Amino acid sequence: MSKLEKFLRGRFAAALVAVLVGFVVAAVVLAAAGYNPIGSFAALFQGALGKPKYIANVIIKATPILLTGVGVAFAFQTGLFNIGAEGQYIFATILSTIVGVKLNLPAVIQVPLVVCSGVLGGAALGAFIGFLKARFGIHEVITSIMTNWIMLYLNNFVVSTDTFHKANSTAALPINPSSYTMILPNWKKSEAGKAFLSNIPWLREVLLKTDANFGFIIAIAVAVFAGYLLSRTKLGYELRAVGYNRDAARFSGINVDRSIVLCMLISGSFCGLAGALNITGISPHTITTLAAQEGYGFNGLSVAFIAGCSTVGCIPASLLFAGLIYGGMTVQQVMGAPSDIINIMIGTIVFFIALPGVTPLLADMVAKRRKSAEEVRVNKDGTPLPEKEV
Amino acid sequence: MLNSLVLLVGITLMYSTPLIFGAIGGVVSERSGVTNIGIEGMMVIGAVAAASASYFTGNPWLAFLIAGLCSGLVALLHAVASVTFAADQTVSGVAINLLAPGLALFACRRFFDGAAMSPIAPKLPKIFGDSWMAGTVWSNLNVNVTTVIALLLTIATWFVLYRTKWGLRVRAVGEHPAAADTLGIDVYKVRYICVILSGVFAGFGGASMTIAIISQFTQTAISGHGFIAMAAVIFGKWTPFGAYGACLLFGATQALTVLLGGGVAPIPSQILAMLPYAMTIIVLILFVGKSVAPKADGVPYVKGSR
Repeated sequence: MSKLEKFLRGRFAAALVAVLVGFVVAAVVLAAAGYNPIGSFAALFQGALGKPKYIANVIIKATPILLTGVGVAFAFQTGLFNIGAEGQYIFATILSTIVGVKLNLPAVIQVPLVVCSGVLGGAALGAFIGFLKARFGIHEVITSIMTNWIMLYLNNFVVSTDTFHKANSTAALPINPSSYTMILPNWKKSEAGKAFLSNIPWLREVLLKTDANFGFIIAIAVAVFAGYLLSRTKLGYELRAVGYNRDAARFSGINVDRSIVLCMLISGSFCGLAGALNITGISPHTITTLAAQEGYGFNGLSVAFIAGCSTVGCIPASLLFAGLIYGGMTVQQVMGAPSDIINIMIGTIVFFIALPGVTPLLADMVAKRRKSAEEVRVNKDGTPLPEKEV
Repeated sequence: MLNSLVLLVGITLMYSTPLIFGAIGGVVSERSGVTNIGIEGMMVIGAVAAASASYFTGNPWLAFLIAGLCSGLVALLHAVASVTFAADQTVSGVAINLLAPGLALFACRRFFDGAAMSPIAPKLPKIFGDSWMAGTVWSNLNVNVTTVIALLLTIATWFVLYRTKWGLRVRAVGEHPAAADTLGIDVYKVRYICVILSGVFAGFGGASMTIAIISQFTQTAISGHGFIAMAAVIFGKWTPFGAYGACLLFGATQALTVLLGGGVAPIPSQILAMLPYAMTIIVLILFVGKSVAPKADGVPYVKGSR
């Protein structure tokens, strides 16, 4: 098997082809609607990668969807469809905000407390969904969808209460600054910090003009940890066994009900972490009234599927996704083309990820062509094939 | 009391109609063994197609059919992926849910000078005409014609699924495609038809929102209705009347929310708004219990494999 062939049979090639097709389809739609595709894509790349500030923002935007993506991918690998990532995310933002507003302790204690409350919230909601499935046999998709909406209204309720409402706004009170997880929030605004940063323009831009925070580093660690948990530990083995064949798993002595609850609990805690880090790391550091689902959970689904449900694969997938969404806004500003084109593009990418066998088909073609090329060379030389020589 | 009751029935029927179309579409697709997470996206396409077509042609009936056609085409994508290419149906459905709203808004902005909503378009008639009992509480019972169509569609789907040769084939394909194949049933054809039909019905559902309940397409016209419909399919144990009942129950709790929200009960509106969703979970825990999907639901069929 040639290197090219091996590459084409891999998962990365499938994703690459899907992305290419996504761009082609978007180009066709743009051209059909009378916009210049080349100019639009130039604007897209400019908007996502043009300045250090933009790149930082892409990473910041990738953080929550990386974590919800890992949550969804984790559950999917164990046979559960966590479409409730959205609700778990929202619940975490609510709890983190409540704790962050009510408590004001030194950062060393405050940050872990605020983050943990969000993680616990997501985990609890996930476990609740898992429990309903294990105990009553209620499909996780129904309870997930219902809890997504319940959490949306709970969010709006908390924002509206006297205790948390910020006057003359649609937001709740922001959390106390001791809970912030931005990189060096105080130093970068101090005189010494400003003086130091003035020598390094790109760092100055990233630190002072964006909410650069520790979230993405934590998210990467979580993605790697989740992959390790699934593929290298006894627990992960049990969870996957339940996903492959519930009856066989039960027969081999695995407590299936416990596995389902545990899996949703872990998945929910990842989604919860996404919410918590968004509250501690990004302004306005609070929850606001929601008219519709924000999409962190649903985008997590896309990220997980672009990554082929590999938790580590979610890292590049989330960056791609965030880059497209963030850069897409520039497409609208520069070219006037509706930024909805990005959703069409992402939808196409996910659609082609779903189609197995496109890149293996290419691999077959490569293999075939190589064989025929070898034959042609032999014939051109005029020497007969070894078999015929005998 | 009577007034409240009439109002309750009227609002229940109004809220549940788009859900019923979506849910019946889901039943048809899933009974043939193809999971359809993409109902939401297909409803959005139907919604924008209906509003645009009604605005440009002035004929809401034609627009209703066009909505079905457009969503059917989107469903064809899902069918190609999940039947021909044996793709993961969940992933393909999620892709449809990303693609379709993007496409819908893109088209809407293109048609209407960059606006994310369509102008007011002609609506489908109400069953007793527009002026029947106007101004009285009884006018709430003068429901949209789509409400009746939804009921007829449910009955027709039940009849076809359980009382005709064709329906038996669909159910056989959903339970055990290999067995159906050995009896000479074309599994691929049956699944193609069912998935496309589910798209057509979902399109009607979208249309019944934008040219019957409201009279324009907006970005939030369809917000989660497809997912609720999908939940109703599972809630109704994959049967047409079960799904219909689940949608009615959901509509009724929505109506209750509206009635209670009128200052009757001292409950914050946000808490009231949770009622339909919480109620669904509670009803499932108390009464419905385990739901078992068609055996081959979500499993691609590859000829010759065992």
